[in-house]
Amino acid sequence: MSGGTRLENANPVIFQRSGERLLTASDEDEEVHDPIDDREIFDILLSINDPEHPLSLEELNVVEQVRVKVNDEENSVGVEFTPTIPHCSMATLIGLSIKVKLLRSLPDRFKIDVHITPGTHASEEAVNKQLADKERVAAALENSSLLEVVNQCLSTRSI
Amino acid sequence: MAADSALLLSLVEEFVSGLQDSKAKDTATGVKDGQFTILQLVEALGLSLTSSQPHTRARGVQLLSEVLHECYGNLTEAEVEVLIAFYENRLKDHYVITPPVLQGLRALTKSTVLPPGSAVSMLRSLFQDVHVQSLMLAERSCVYNMLINLMETRETELKGLGTDFVFGFVQSMDGERDPRNLLLAFQIAKNIISRGYDLGKFAEELFEVTSCYFPIDFTPPPNDPHGITKEELIEALRAVLAGTPKFAEFLLPLIIEKLDSDVQSAKLDSLQTLTACVSRYEHKDLAEFLEGLWTSLRREVFQTSSERIESAGLAALTALTSCLSRSVLNSDSEDSLSTFLDLVLKDCKHHLCEPDLKLVWPSGKLLQAACTASNRASHIITAAVMPSLIEQYSSRTQCSHRRTLLEVVLRFIQSVKTSQSSENEERVLLAFRESLCSMVFSALSETNSSLQITATSMLTSLAQQTGLLLGSDVELAIDHLTRLLLMEEDDRVSLAVVECAGALAELHPEAFITELIPRLKTEMFAEPMDQGDSRETSEQHSHHAVRQRCLSALAAVSNQPSVVRESTPVLLEVLTSAHTGSVSFSVEEVVLACRSLQRIAEQVQDTEETGQCFHDIIIPRLLSLALQAALQGEGSSGCRSPLVEEAVLSAMVPVISTSCSRLQPMLAGQTASRAVSLFLDGDVSFLPDNSFPSHIQLLKKQQGDTWSQSQMVCLLMGCVCSLPRSVEVPQIDQLLSQLEEMSCTCSHSLSYTSAAKCFAGLVNKQSQGDSLDSLIQSTMKRVCRELDSTSSPARTQAFTLMIWVAKALLLRYHPLSTALTDKLFSLLDDADLGPMAADGFSLLMTDSADVLNRGCHADVRIMYRQRFFSENSAKLVQGFNVAPQEKKPNYLKALSNIVNKLPKQVQITELPALLSLLLEALSCPDQGVQLSTLSCLEPVLIDPPPALIQQLEALVSRLLALISSPAMSVRIASLRCIQALSRFPVHEILPFRARVLRALARPLDDKKRLVRSEAVQARGEWFLLGSPGGR
Repeated sequence: MSGGTRLENANPVIFQRSGERLLTASDEDEEVHDPIDDREIFDILLSINDPEHPLSLEELNVVEQVRVKVNDEENSVGVEFTPTIPHCSMATLIGLSIKVKLLRSLPDRFKIDVHITPGTHASEEAVNKQLADKERVAAALENSSLLEVVNQCLSTRSI
Repeated sequence: MAADSALLLSLVEEFVSGLQDSKAKDTATGVKDGQFTILQLVEALGLSLTSSQPHTRARGVQLLSEVLHECYGNLTEAEVEVLIAFYENRLKDHYVITPPVLQGLRALTKSTVLPPGSAVSMLRSLFQDVHVQSLMLAERSCVYNMLINLMETRETELKGLGTDFVFGFVQSMDGERDPRNLLLAFQIAKNIISRGYDLGKFAEELFEVTSCYFPIDFTPPPNDPHGITKEELIEALRAVLAGTPKFAEFLLPLIIEKLDSDVQSAKLDSLQTLTACVSRYEHKDLAEFLEGLWTSLRREVFQTSSERIESAGLAALTALTSCLSRSVLNSDSEDSLSTFLDLVLKDCKHHLCEPDLKLVWPSGKLLQAACTASNRASHIITAAVMPSLIEQYSSRTQCSHRRTLLEVVLRFIQSVKTSQSSENEERVLLAFRESLCSMVFSALSETNSSLQITATSMLTSLAQQTGLLLGSDVELAIDHLTRLLLMEEDDRVSLAVVECAGALAELHPEAFITELIPRLKTEMFAEPMDQGDSRETSEQHSHHAVRQRCLSALAAVSNQPSVVRESTPVLLEVLTSAHTGSVSFSVEEVVLACRSLQRIAEQVQDTEETGQCFHDIIIPRLLSLALQAALQGEGSSGCRSPLVEEAVLSAMVPVISTSCSRLQPMLAGQTASRAVSLFLDGDVSFLPDNSFPSHIQLLKKQQGDTWSQSQMVCLLMGCVCSLPRSVEVPQIDQLLSQLEEMSCTCSHSLSYTSAAKCFAGLVNKQSQGDSLDSLIQSTMKRVCRELDSTSSPARTQAFTLMIWVAKALLLRYHPLSTALTDKLFSLLDDADLGPMAADGFSLLMTDSADVLNRGCHADVRIMYRQRFFSENSAKLVQGFNVAPQEKKPNYLKALSNIVNKLPKQVQITELPALLSLLLEALSCPDQGVQLSTLSCLEPVLIDPPPALIQQLEALVSRLLALISSPAMSVRIASLRCIQALSRFPVHEILPFRARVLRALARPLDDKKRLVRSEAVQARGEWFLLGSPGGR
């Protein structure tokens, strides 16, 4: 299943990275309360590494800012991700990495929903179901070889 | 004599049989002092040298070699001859004797009286009787050193040996493994190549024996005492491999092979070696490998994984192309440059025209790299690619595509620029002049801002190539620039436009004088419509932005004296009308006008003409306007001129100080003496619009608390404190005493601070001597008197004067500075001035913007901060320990002020000693102290000293406490430190993982986004710790 011998998508289209978020005066004002917004969630996700390529999910356009929805008041986050090809076997793993990254990076008041952009993957429903199942996610993270791959995706690249 | 020989015999005996190595030294001293001769030594050694025990013989030879090592300079030619014969013979002896024999021979090679022919015979027997690689490390190094010594002194003799020498060397170094010896061996090989020894049929052998180390893979062991680095080895080997075209047929295939490697450093080394070697090659050396090299280079740039490799690949391509362009062609050979470029174009050109432009950047870079190599290459490449690029630009509709194409064209123009040297050759881009110009102008008229920005830099590049922009084009360009300047709101665009205008004005000043400056002037002086109407605020706002852009454009274009002559009157007029109120300018706009003047003073060439412009027109005008405003402010309290505002005056100071420090010292001196006479004697004769009262006394205490005149002392400071040290300030004593008086008595903050700074600036430049010492002492006495009486109203003033004088003396290492800084230390305990004293240390350690810096020609010694720190850190720690609890924060603040300003390297070495104090500072309630301590700690945490690891518990708990600080900057800094902690050795920090993760959950929901993003990063790193696949 892993792409050790042959990559499933050997030559993906690479997208330009968005620049750093621009600092505004209110960002530096002590008194202003900055709500958690779509861009902030996107900033958390964009640096996740792809399991196959030395590229980030942003560069592969797997996550996009328009597909991130957050509601700070109602404590909910929804992320849609787009596998690079419809038969990508890594889709579950990518979804899991996104979910874990959000679990580690967001306050626990948030309900996190990660699923595949509708109509972009062959086994979309099955993957969505797995990702939505809390116990399966927890069980997956007990599996140390799976956790290892997830952690590699979440490590900061050091080149 | 008899006693001497007995002594010698006993020395020999003790060395040979008694195995006392120190006796060799004594014997050598004896020989050097003339107590014994070498002959006597050999006679005394007789028995040991002929002993039947090899070890005794070895000891004997060793003694002789060690003595020779010390005294090879005293030997006569006859002695050397005999000794060489002896040593050559001993090479055939038992193997234990070989090491001392080699040492002896090495000593003899350093002798200046080496008889002719001996070098050759020495080497012959060496190569014949010794197998170098079976010797120990030190002996091998001995052999290499012999070769190096002989190559220095006996070059012709060694060349007489012919190819035998090269062969002998190849055999000796074959299989060498020690990096120290390799460095020597590479040096010999380089000498063989560069000094023209006959390689004969051994070229390939010499190449083989050295190239087997390529690419160098060497990591020095930790705590390496020899300090050999990988880079040294790489450089040494590269000098050998790239040294001669004779190696070309072997080296180029090797490079192609190594470029296939997966190891990044091997690729990089190969590319750099390629760049180095082709500079010596000719086209026929390269001919058969061109295709292979091109394939590898193309692959490296197209599929690059790191920027260094990409740029090395591009550099190699440039070197390769320029090598081909350099070659002289025979009538029958093909033109290898055009064949090669055909290859390049065939592979790259079509990428420039593909619809998705996916590989346009790497292809463009490769073509540009080839383009920079030579004029011919530029011609060939631009002729091939430009037409299609230009055509595509006009046919594409998407902005991002057009921008990409524009950028690519821009790079081509820039790459052509660097390769253009000779005047008479035909300009490369001349054929495309018209289409390029129309491309730029059409891009400038687009609405897309990034297209506009690229177009401005393209305009600059076109202008820098002679003959591409005609007069009419320049006018059109100025039209476009003016339009963008006045209409365009985007900051990035106006920044680019201003920059472009500056570059163009340098080349075409007349056009800017006649076109741009008058337009900007009318635009600035146009009143915003319908004043006083509140709904027009947005329009006023945009009018302000237009003025702002006009002011910065005026500064940017003024780099030629002729432009300065036209632009500065406009700026002065802005100040004048702001003062008179004829056109209303806000304070901010007036400040910007001053900034523009300052920028002009900084960038303009230092000529007589510009000097006069500034010293005879601008500075008197500024002083006159400030004086008028001050006098007017005193008379009527109603409407104040903006020129009495502190912000405006502070902006005028750098105009004056920059022109006094940089432009025409003679004229600056004149300006200074005028200013001094204005301030001391009220001499207003040099000011324009002279209608001033005759009894002006700017430095005397004025009635009431009007400060509009006294604050003008800052202008005096700008003038007299920035003069070059060769220029004398007139009436210095009177000036100093009045300044001291003013700084101690005046109650207006800007006035007394400026007076103190001015005093300090003058003291810093006074020549050393008794008069200076007595001046300082009397000032010190006065200051201390004020400071010691706690009820004195002028304590703050005295303190200000003290700290500035202390800084002035500290910078020049004046011995009296200690007295003042000690006083400062004692003030840390003061009830009122304690916090001020703590802040004062930051003033001592930072460069001040307007006085006492190198730009003002102040006397600043290097590393005064380190010196101050090392002299005083102990005092600070001691003071901290004895201070009462409520005063301790002052000490911590002072410490963090000092440490913060030290260079990072010094900080890292000094911090372990201060660690406990810094940890204390983290729990100090003052946020400033916390912040500066955290910023000191952060770099140290990247490479933590052992002392820190011992204190980990204290550090972690203090840092975790700070992440709930009310100040967001403290929260951010402490989160950064916590993130840095995650890089510590895993076994040390793993016990803290759960606690840190729990504590970091809270800042994830911080109200500030900047804090949250730091927390996200830090928590992510800590999660990876000790987890599979993490760290």
